[in-house]
Amino acid sequence: MRLISHTEHATLTHDHLLTLPNDADPMQQSLQDVQTIELHFPKFTDGRAFSQALMLRRRCGFKGDIRASGDVLIDQLSQMQRCGFSSAVLRADQDISKGRELLTHFSAFYQGDVSQPQPLFAR
Amino acid sequence: MYQYTDFDKRFVRERAAQYRDQLERHLSGRLSDEEFRPLRLQNGWYVQRYAPMLRVAVPYGELNSAQLRVLATIARDYDTPEPGLFERAQTTQDAIGGIAAPALTKNYAHFTTRQNLQYNWIPLHKSADVMDLLASVNMHGIQTSGNCIRNITSDERAGVAVDEIVDPRPFAEILRQWSTLHPEFAFLPRKFKIAISGASDDRAATAWHDVGLHMQRNASGEVGFRVMVGGGMGRTPITASVIREFLPWNQILNFLEAVVRVYNRWGRRDNIYKARIKILVKAEGPRYKEEVEAEYQRILTQDGAPHTITQAEFDRVHACFAAPVLAAHNGVSAEAIHTQLTQAADGNKDFARWLQQNVAAHRDPHLRIVTLSFKRLGQAPGDATADQLDAAAVLADRFSCGEARVSHDQNLVLPWVAAQDLPALYKQAKDLGLAKPNIRMLTDMIACPGGDYCSLANARSLPVSAAISERYQDLDELFDLGEIDLHISGCINSCGHHHSGHIGILGVDKDGKEWYQVTLGGSDGSELSGAPKAGKVVGPSFSSAEVVDVIEAVLQVYTDQKTHGETFIDAVNRIGIDPFKLAANAARHSSDDEALSTID
Repeated sequence: MRLISHTEHATLTHDHLLTLPNDADPMQQSLQDVQTIELHFPKFTDGRAFSQALMLRRRCGFKGDIRASGDVLIDQLSQMQRCGFSSAVLRADQDISKGRELLTHFSAFYQGDVSQPQPLFAR
Repeated sequence: MYQYTDFDKRFVRERAAQYRDQLERHLSGRLSDEEFRPLRLQNGWYVQRYAPMLRVAVPYGELNSAQLRVLATIARDYDTPEPGLFERAQTTQDAIGGIAAPALTKNYAHFTTRQNLQYNWIPLHKSADVMDLLASVNMHGIQTSGNCIRNITSDERAGVAVDEIVDPRPFAEILRQWSTLHPEFAFLPRKFKIAISGASDDRAATAWHDVGLHMQRNASGEVGFRVMVGGGMGRTPITASVIREFLPWNQILNFLEAVVRVYNRWGRRDNIYKARIKILVKAEGPRYKEEVEAEYQRILTQDGAPHTITQAEFDRVHACFAAPVLAAHNGVSAEAIHTQLTQAADGNKDFARWLQQNVAAHRDPHLRIVTLSFKRLGQAPGDATADQLDAAAVLADRFSCGEARVSHDQNLVLPWVAAQDLPALYKQAKDLGLAKPNIRMLTDMIACPGGDYCSLANARSLPVSAAISERYQDLDELFDLGEIDLHISGCINSCGHHHSGHIGILGVDKDGKEWYQVTLGGSDGSELSGAPKAGKVVGPSFSSAEVVDVIEAVLQVYTDQKTHGETFIDAVNRIGIDPFKLAANAARHSSDDEALSTID
C-alpha cells in the first residue's frame, strides 16, 4: 500500500481520476479510462468507503489505484488495505513510518478480504 | 468449550500488543483523545463518571475456571482507584440526595446483560497490562464497544438445555471469529448486536437484537436459521422482524455479510439516535429486505460465496463443544437420584426452594443446570468481588467440569452439575451467599450500573434496586408473587433492559433531580413473558422515594386480582394496564401532604 503525505499529494496529477462520494454505488459507475478512484473519509469513523472499495475490487474487478483521502489515520490503514485500497493520503499530522509499521502488525485474520478472499478456515 | 488454536492465541496476543502500542502513543501525546477513543472502545475501554471502565468480552457467556481466576486477579490487583479518587467520588455521590444509597464499591467485577464482565476503577495507564493478563487466558475486550459487531450472546443453557433443537455454540464461535476485526464492518453507523438461540424457549432475548438468530430444523431435518433483523431498545424500542424463515446453516456468514453491508451503506450517520439498524428496517422495511436478498444473491453468484461454512470447519468447532467426560454416577439411576433429592428437600424448605428456582433440568437426566444467584442484599445485581470470583472458580472446578456461564440476567450458571452433588453444592454456595433461591423472581432483577458509575446515566439504578431488594426479602412473600422480570435502566440507552421487563424502571433527569418512569407488561420473548414487546408507561415519573411504594401498589393489584396459578405478566396481559396504572399513581407521595405539614 502506497502511503502518500499531504505535501506529496499536492504534486500528484489528477488525470484519469474519479472521485466517488460516500453514498455512490460503485456498481453504477463507468470506470472506463479511470486509473485512480479516490474515496473520501469525511470522518475516520465513517465506514462507508470500506464497503465501496471492496465492491470496486470484488464486483467491478477494478485493477487501478483505489486511494483513500480525507480523515485518513494510520490506525485504519490495515483495514483499508484489506478492503482493497492501494494508496492513502494521510492526514497532515500522521507519521508515515509508523503507518508502514502498523500495516504488518497482524500475521493473519479470520475472515476473507480483498487480498485473501478465502476465510482462514477455507485456506 | 471452544479450544483456542495456536492461531487464536496468537491473534489475541497480537491484539493486546497492538493496544499497548496505541496506549503508549496516546499517553505520550502522539494519539489524540479523539483518535484514541474508537481504538480503546473497540478494546472495551470506556471513560466513565469517575474512572475508565473495562468491558471484557465473554463470548456467548462461556467461562472456564482459569479465566474466572484471572478475572478475580484483575479485580483484586487492578480494580483499585487512584489515591483520593474513590473518596472524591463517594463525596460527589453523597451529595445527590434522594433515598439511601449503597456506598460505591471497588475491587469487583460486574456481569452485564450481554454476558460480558465490567470493571469500574482500573487506571488507564494500567490498561495494557490488564489486556496482557486477559490474553494469558485467551480473553480480551475486542469489539465490546464501538460501532462494530459486538460480542455475540446466546442461551445460558446452550448445549445442555432440555428444550434445545440445535446447539448454537459452534455457530456463535464461528460468528465470533468472522466478526473479529472484520475490515469492512469496524465503523458502522452504530453498534451491532447479534444473539443466537437454539432452543424452543428463547432465553437470549433475540428479538431485542440488531440480528436475532433462531436455530431450527426444517421438515427434512436440515439445520438452519430463522433470521430476524432490526430489534433494539434505546429511545425507540422495536422488536426485530423476520427477514428469512429458513437459511441453511452453512450460509449464515454470507447472509450476514449482506445484512451488515446494506446497513453500512444505508444506515443513518447524521443522527446518533436514528443510526441503529432498527430505524433503517422500520423506515425502509421491504426495500431493505429486498436489497439484502439481492446483495446475498450477488455474494453467492458473483463472489462465489467465499464464507460458506465448510463441513470440516463446522466439525472442528463442534468437536470442541463435546460434553465433558463426567465421573460415573455409581450406577444410581436418574429416578433414584430424583427420589433422594425429593427426600432431602422434604424437611428443608430453603433447599426445596433452591431446587425449584435455581436448579433446572439438563439434557442428561443425571445432571442439572445450577444458577448461582448474584442478586442479594449488600451487593449490586451482578456484582462479584475478587474472592467471589475465585470461589466461583472453585465451585466450577468441583461441580461443573471447570465451566461456568454468565447469564443475561447477570448471574453465573454452572452447566454440568451431577444431580447427586446438589446438596453439597447448595451448602457451599449458601456459605458463599450465592444460593439465594430467587432466580427469575422479583429480586433477581436486572440493573445497569447507572448513575453511580456510568457517565451516560440520568439517574442511579443501584439505590432503587437495593430498596426493592430490601423490601422483598421475605421468601414467602416473594414466592407468592412468583416469577417476575424487573428491569432497571439508569437512562434511555436501556442497558438494564427496562423495556422488556414485566416491570420496567427507567431513570430520567428533571431539573437536575432523579426521577423514575415505570413501565408494565414488557417481554423479552421468553415462554414466561410471551411475545416480545415493550412495556407501557404507567404515568408521569416518580421520585426515588416513591418507586418502592409504586412497585408495592402494582404488585398488590396482582395479588388481589390474580386467578389461581396466574403469573404477574399473564395478569397484566389479561386485565390490562389500567388497574395497575391507577394503583401506581395513587401511591404517589402527595405533595399536598408535604405542603400541609409545613403549614402550622
